[in-house]
Amino acid sequence: MKKLKWLVPTFYIIFLMLPIYWLLNMSFKTTTEIINTYSLWPQNFTLENYKTIFTDSTWYNGYLNSIYYVVLNAIISVAAALPAAYAFSRYKFLGDKHLFFWLLTNRMAPPAIFALPFFQFYSSINLFDTHIAVALSHCLFNIPLAVWILEGFMSSVPKELDETAYVDGYSFSRFFFKIFIPTITAGIGITIFFCFMFSWVELLLAKTLTAVAAKPIAATMTRTASTSGYELGLLAAAGSLTIVPGAIVIYFVRNYIAKGFALGRV
Amino acid sequence: MNKTVNQKAWFFVIPVFLLVAFNAIVPLMTVVNYAFQETFGNNVFMWEGTRWFKQILQSDRFHSALGRQFLFTGIILVIQIPLGIGIALSMPKEGIWVSVCLVLMSMPLLIPWNVVGAMWNIFALPEIGFLGHTLNDLGFDYNFTQQIGDAWFTTILMDVWHWTSLVVLLSYAGLMSIQPAYYQAAEIDGASRWAIFRYIELPKMKKVLTIAILLRFMDSFMIYTEPFVLTGGGPGNATTFLSIDLVKMALGQFDLGPAAAMSLIYFFIVLLICWVFYNLMMKNEEKS
Repeated sequence: MKKLKWLVPTFYIIFLMLPIYWLLNMSFKTTTEIINTYSLWPQNFTLENYKTIFTDSTWYNGYLNSIYYVVLNAIISVAAALPAAYAFSRYKFLGDKHLFFWLLTNRMAPPAIFALPFFQFYSSINLFDTHIAVALSHCLFNIPLAVWILEGFMSSVPKELDETAYVDGYSFSRFFFKIFIPTITAGIGITIFFCFMFSWVELLLAKTLTAVAAKPIAATMTRTASTSGYELGLLAAAGSLTIVPGAIVIYFVRNYIAKGFALGRV
Repeated sequence: MNKTVNQKAWFFVIPVFLLVAFNAIVPLMTVVNYAFQETFGNNVFMWEGTRWFKQILQSDRFHSALGRQFLFTGIILVIQIPLGIGIALSMPKEGIWVSVCLVLMSMPLLIPWNVVGAMWNIFALPEIGFLGHTLNDLGFDYNFTQQIGDAWFTTILMDVWHWTSLVVLLSYAGLMSIQPAYYQAAEIDGASRWAIFRYIELPKMKKVLTIAILLRFMDSFMIYTEPFVLTGGGPGNATTFLSIDLVKMALGQFDLGPAAAMSLIYFFIVLLICWVFYNLMMKNEEKS
């Protein structure tokens, strides 16, 4: 039985890859071929779909917009979460536990609740259809998550590190940037990964808060699907390309993934 | 860790507090506003008290959406948690295959949710999709756009595909933190495979499993994009979960009062369940 153990993850991975393969398969077919024939691989291999995406600005701008607000969101979330996570991991203060739970409740709030009020709120402060609006709105769930993960990592760093540094005459800011941050780089990497992940995959808020100038790729896809008929080949190609940034990010953090998913709390 | 009391720590928390408050409190107050009043636009409001809440709590539409939501989340947890643990247990512990498994398994987690829905749509279509075509070839009468059972089957399979990896990765991280000495001791004692799992592995995974259950509960309870793209909530209302119903009411029909009341009830249910989970989690942490 031990020898056959590898079968389980193998079958699971095959199951995971099948829909992705099907998407790729579709992306190399023309829409007519997709609709008229059923085949396990493209009969008339074409790169036409990808060519459209890379030459049509409404398409490739979608990708650029998405990447822009995702990066912006990751920077804001991590920068704000670092000091807060430090405070939660090192100090007791008035209302700390309640504040921590309140932060988490925002991660629990269904985005559907916020769609309409966000639309009105960001319109009223003239941020509608900007990248910063999407980046800020994603802070709603990414900051709590970032604080949660970083707090876990920081708590696993012994407090003696702080104390030794102060004895050695380090000021707080010098200690924090020169010693503390380098010791938790893995944690910061994982946090960025998670912020990237949840901002990249979210559509409801991103779609609600944008119209033209900051429209994310995911919204470009749904709108194309409804306006110009059902361009299946094009949609498949666009979908396949959305997997690429994620795959690149996974590759960079592959050694930390398992630990990072445990949010530093193992 | 013993923490020192320091009220100045609040200064560290202020940026986070402001950013989240900016996003959470102001919009949430708008929802509260709508929930208790009737509006005809132009900032004219009339007090309605608890009328919308009563209307929602008594409506069949809300009850059935809530019922579907609990059924869906329940099925998801029952399938994904044991399956995730099982896969994590059978994964290699070292060597090149660890990275390969981790990278491939994380793939579904990083695909935008509407792409997940679209991908499963073309994967499951009875005529041109691999899943639909294969099932029909095998003699099943499968069509997820027409038959309720098939729509549920496809939605659940999609969610299993999408999120089981999260449980796998969390459980795996828990398993990797077990010292080899534990296993050696178990071997000397002649412990059975089940005993090893029950008394060594499961306790070590307890913490991460609580996180896994919490995350899977929250995310499946607020699921919107994937089923919306896959089935559009149909056939009929068969896969209209709470979020889909809410967006339909708020942005589709512009029934702001009832939609706001429903938002608050919805949020309250999630909060209540998560609060219980969170307290259990914190108790565990204090014990260890």
